[in-house]
Amino acid sequence: MSILLSSSDIDRAIKRISHEILEHNQGITNLVLMGIPTRGAYLADRISAFITEIEGPVATGVLDITLHRDDLRLRPPKPLLPTKLPPGGIEGKDLVLVDDVLFSGRTIRAALDAIGELGRPRSVQLAVLVDRGHRELPIRADYVGKNIPTSKSESVKVHLSEYDNEDLVELIK
Amino acid sequence: MITGHLLSAADLSKDEALNLLSTAKELAAITDGPNKKLPTLRGKTVVNLFFEDSTRTRISFETAAKRLSADVINFSAKGSSVSKGESLKDTAQTLQAMGADAVVIRHGSSGAAKRLADTQWIQAAIINAGDGTHEHPTQALLDAFTIKQHLRNDKSDLTGIRVLIVGDILHSRVARSNVLLLTKLGAQVVLVAPPTLLPVGVGDWPVEISYDLDSQIEKCDVVMMLRIQLERMADSFFPTEREYSRRYGLNSARLAKLSKSAIVMHPGPMNRGLEISADSADDLKSVIIDQVKNGVAVRMAVLYELLGGAQIGDSK
Repeated sequence: MSILLSSSDIDRAIKRISHEILEHNQGITNLVLMGIPTRGAYLADRISAFITEIEGPVATGVLDITLHRDDLRLRPPKPLLPTKLPPGGIEGKDLVLVDDVLFSGRTIRAALDAIGELGRPRSVQLAVLVDRGHRELPIRADYVGKNIPTSKSESVKVHLSEYDNEDLVELIK
Repeated sequence: MITGHLLSAADLSKDEALNLLSTAKELAAITDGPNKKLPTLRGKTVVNLFFEDSTRTRISFETAAKRLSADVINFSAKGSSVSKGESLKDTAQTLQAMGADAVVIRHGSSGAAKRLADTQWIQAAIINAGDGTHEHPTQALLDAFTIKQHLRNDKSDLTGIRVLIVGDILHSRVARSNVLLLTKLGAQVVLVAPPTLLPVGVGDWPVEISYDLDSQIEKCDVVMMLRIQLERMADSFFPTEREYSRRYGLNSARLAKLSKSAIVMHPGPMNRGLEISADSADDLKSVIIDQVKNGVAVRMAVLYELLGGAQIGDSK
């Protein structure tokens, strides 16, 4: 087991991603952040809080993707988590999906389907804390905290203080 | 999460029940959106096997299955080979051969659903949609959901809520399932009925018993009126319908005595003018239409939990 990102690394990555999101979308007017539970939702909240500090409040929501997973049949059913739409909805917005680790890309594919159920945003972008490679689908991230080359047998574990009592990204061999 | 079958409200632990209700809440929110259909159960087949007549339970299960993209086959005893004398076993084996993933069964005999689940006639997940005078677990779940929706916030159970269940307890599978589930969730249940319409052994149930509706009506949060099952009233359980209605029916005088936040429920179909007056059924306190709406969400949750994930026998 080795530590890939410390608490301050995570903090800096979130701040940089926030700036990149603002730069790319020219501000917060048409912006919506949607976090994918569990940890993606906390990351979205952190990005939202930082953007609020520098430019003002940004619409933020939570997107549960359980019902759209293509591996539903392969494992026991999971309890559904709440999906929270921001007050203005997502119709015609520039939507930024936020997740902790980008791996096969299947979660994001499911998220794209789930978004289709809720409305039609003008664009969908993707922000992740860690990109560990090994994509199985043609999906890429627009904002990446850290690119970490891994082997398929390893796993990357993100800890966030809201859920795991500490901020840490570790590689488990 | 529940696995296997749903045969009785007694099979559910408190956590499983609360989990189902919160899943139902999420599904209700999704299906209130512009797109009501989810891909979750695509390719699964749900058979509605109805040996007794039903409007809302069958339609509710059908709607729930279709919103999750399952294929639905409706089977009713009338117009099938059952009227030629085919047995439950042969019917079940026919459905097995056609590849049913879930069977929703309504049957006039108590224990029919358990019989299907315990034998090797069919491998599908069995959901009890009412068996004789025994149980109707999804009705209890939707009633709990409706009570929670109106009287409790998200996380909590039903502790402190006083529920009157009034009427034909003897023949009511709805009452049995509700007693099991609501008391498990912390509610206080009072059964109100003439002594002739209470089952033998009711003294051992975790409930209070009363023969007098007027003494109870002021101090309850929920009043659930049961249908007088005229088709099961061959023996004389009460002198006349008029006398029953005056002593145990919900009318506007009794409605006025209810506390401000109390709600009126009825599992349907209603005998307007017998156990519930028309103005009570249509009053603002009545949540009978909400019960029907919530039934779809609750049944979606049950189908999702039983069929959504890996099944026994699925290849990995």
